[in-house]
Amino acid sequence: MNSLIRSTARCLRSGAAVCVPRQADGRVWSASVRFLCAAADLQKDLGEMVKKDKVVVFIKGTPAQPMCGFSNAVVQILRMHGVDNYAAYNVLEDQDLREGVKVFSNWPTIPQVYFNGEFVGGCDILLQMHQNGDLVDELKKLGIRSALLDAEKESK
Amino acid sequence: MLSSAFQCTRRITAWPSSTRPLAHFTTHMDPDAKRPVERAIRTKLTSMLKPDHVEVHNESHMHAVPPGSESHFRVLVVSSQFEGLPLIQRHRLVNEALKEELSSCVHALAIQAKTPEQWGKDPSLGKSPSCMGGSRDDHTVEEKLKAGRE
Repeated sequence: MNSLIRSTARCLRSGAAVCVPRQADGRVWSASVRFLCAAADLQKDLGEMVKKDKVVVFIKGTPAQPMCGFSNAVVQILRMHGVDNYAAYNVLEDQDLREGVKVFSNWPTIPQVYFNGEFVGGCDILLQMHQNGDLVDELKKLGIRSALLDAEKESK
Repeated sequence: MLSSAFQCTRRITAWPSSTRPLAHFTTHMDPDAKRPVERAIRTKLTSMLKPDHVEVHNESHMHAVPPGSESHFRVLVVSSQFEGLPLIQRHRLVNEALKEELSSCVHALAIQAKTPEQWGKDPSLGKSPSCMGGSRDDHTVEEKLKAGRE
């Protein structure tokens, strides 16, 4: 199964059509094809999912109930900046999604953050962007005014 | 996986005469022998990124995994190879160096990737957020722990 996942990832990354394995017997072949088609469909879906919303995160748990400290950190940072309208996908609910997004992003861990369809990074990167002020600027490019700017204004 | 971790990782310890252990002290087992994943991470980061400074911290004890696990790590890498690279490219270099571990036994990896200048200005190590128990019932973590033990 692992080799099928790896071969699918290679095919998809190279942009080649999905490779169909040599037929061993009728049952195995059709199961492999079904698996590869499902994996390819997921990669296609992910391509659409990350573009559908300005801010998209793949986390463990939900924004209301994160199940991982690193995922929670992403949720908290977004909350601090007043970003409450974003798409959050819970990878714990779907193992295929959990593995598929790692292949899609070529990134081995969760959480994963996308801005405008572009992969930003994980918790560490979002945290550093928050600490050095880059996150306010990046949100501005998305047309989102960070709540921290208003908080700064009020304190002056 | 671990066969590569054990290759070329013999430690050659040269003891200066002033610090040579006295005969009546018993030697203790090399602590790295019990931490093969940590050693492999340090070895690979050192060989691939030629860092000025590297720290590898096993944070598994902070998470819902059995004692002695090597599943959750924090690394600090200071390397001039990061000059001019955005954070994401730096992290991708680290991920690439550790891809074998990340695809087998390492479940979480927190990364700080600094240039020597950045490290000079701020040598602090980041702090990982508190665990929220996500690994407790996660069968993929169990599989990774098993991979680490084999």
